[in-house]
Amino acid sequence: MLQVENLTKVFNRGTVNEKTALSAVSLRLDPGDFITVIGGNGAGKSTLLNSVAGVFPVDGGRILLDGHDVTRLSEHRRAQYLGRVFQDPMMGTAADMNIEENLALAYRRGQHRTLKWGVTGAERAKYKELLRELDLGLENRMTDKVGLLSGGQRQALTLLMATLKAPKLLLLDEHTAALDPKTAAKVLSLTQKLIEENHLTTLMVTHNMHDAIRLGNRLIMMNEGKIAVEISGAQKQSLHRADLIALFEKSGGALENDRMLLS
Amino acid sequence: MTQILLGAISLGILWSIMTIGVYITYRILDIADLSVEGTLPLGAAVACSMIVKGANPYLASFCALLVGCLAGLCTGVLHTKLKIPALLSGILTMIALYSINLRIMGAPNLSILRMNTVFRPLTRAGMTGSVAIIVVGGICALVVITLLYWFFGTELGSAIRATGNNQKMVRAQGINTDTMKILGLVISNGLVGLSGAMIAQSQNFADVQMGTGSIVIGLASLIIGEVLVGGKGFYRRLVALILGAVVYRLIIALVLELGMNPNDLKLFTAITVALALWLPQGKELLRTFKKSLAKEGK
Ligand SMILES: Nc1ncnc2c1ncn2[C@@H]1O[C@H](COP(=O)(O)OP(=O)(O)OP(=O)(O)O)[C@@H](O)[C@H]1O
Ligand SMILES: [Mg+2]
Repeated sequence: MLQVENLTKVFNRGTVNEKTALSAVSLRLDPGDFITVIGGNGAGKSTLLNSVAGVFPVDGGRILLDGHDVTRLSEHRRAQYLGRVFQDPMMGTAADMNIEENLALAYRRGQHRTLKWGVTGAERAKYKELLRELDLGLENRMTDKVGLLSGGQRQALTLLMATLKAPKLLLLDEHTAALDPKTAAKVLSLTQKLIEENHLTTLMVTHNMHDAIRLGNRLIMMNEGKIAVEISGAQKQSLHRADLIALFEKSGGALENDRMLLS
Repeated sequence: MTQILLGAISLGILWSIMTIGVYITYRILDIADLSVEGTLPLGAAVACSMIVKGANPYLASFCALLVGCLAGLCTGVLHTKLKIPALLSGILTMIALYSINLRIMGAPNLSILRMNTVFRPLTRAGMTGSVAIIVVGGICALVVITLLYWFFGTELGSAIRATGNNQKMVRAQGINTDTMKILGLVISNGLVGLSGAMIAQSQNFADVQMGTGSIVIGLASLIIGEVLVGGKGFYRRLVALILGAVVYRLIIALVLELGMNPNDLKLFTAITVALALWLPQGKELLRTFKKSLAKEGK
């Protein structure tokens, strides 16, 4: 579903601030794969996801989505394949627009915008049903501005938007990191539910080792722009935090003072 | 007195179309677009030079709208494709239009006195000038806000509104934010061009200077409208713009009547807008100030 070959990204090339955020990273996701991504601060996790999403051009390598080479495709053209949820709950929605308008924007992801109505009656009924399943009371607030919602509500809505039109690949970049533990758990279980129901291929960055081990069928650990450790299948099932830390240190990663250890 | 009142109302209605244009960029797209200062006289120049050559004034006004759209396209391309900051892109278009307007008119101003205008059929039927302007301008403004109300409810219009809100999210939904910004600027400047054409026909001349300070007038009208007509609803907000533009003219007429030197008008408007833009922060400041006073009191 996703094929990344020798992906390289260098920020501020040729300046004193030059930083190789990704160095020749290769990764392959088959349909239905759910990979969790962990790694220290600045390891290149966000850069990997942003490169796949086309936020910036890469300096080397290829990205294939569903068999199409999208390496040179602009961010909005790639969006047809992707569902995305960001770390910042403010980033995934339009605050001054209401809930149903936000959903309608997402429902048309990858389509040409025409002069047809932005939200139709039939859609409204569908959205109401989907919102009811979230169990956050949002089904009665469809014409409320999204800016009025809490961070957790916004993140749940963004998740729904990202999966409304089933994406080929779901990109989650620490999408629960800005939420309090209880809300984070709720959004995470919603994430799991949506991924299972829609059989979504997923790449999820997290700082929580426990979640990284518990969720998904594969796990990768990044360090200094490279994939340092990759674990899958039965080996992942029986994994413990201590094993993971040992594996990481064996691969040359340093974990002192990292958020990852604290979780 | 009625004459002054009617005059102010009619002028306000013609300027309301320009205000709606400013609203689209300033409020919906979140861009301060200065090209309108050149687009307003551009619309006037196009309409008047066509009318002078004997063209139908309705056609001339429509052409002013189209040429205004072109000016917006210019600013949009400068901003999105050449990556020039929006404010500077607008200034560049504005400056360029100054020369272009002079070219179109062949002189700093162009009179269409006693020639055909969009208001002429009504005045010929016996209406006074101001009333004719209010009727024609009013119909035009209502058509404009109705069309916009529809447009911003469509998929395309929603995409433009979202672009002014959160570009990252809009791109993630597969929408080209550059195109949306250009489209918004095109519509906005088209309306400003139309407004310029109607203003010129109401005063029977076009002047290359007539756009100076128009962005501030647009903002002042916009803010007055928002203060007077609070609340939700897009149609309501559009109607508020017309009201704001009219009230602005009434205020100006009032202060002139009270003896203000006309030369001081622009200063007066600028200070008013600065205060109005500061108002939200000012309220906040006042609140914290009061709070700290209350604390000290204890
Ligand atoms: N836009 C940018 N400009 C310059 N440098 C950048 C930019 N984005 C990321 N970097 C650098 O690239 C490296 C990788 O950053 P990235 O955001 O991918 O890390 P991460 O693994 O997501 O870390 P975190 O856990 O802190 O989110 C870091 O050193 C970072 O400073
Ligand atoms: Mg990151």
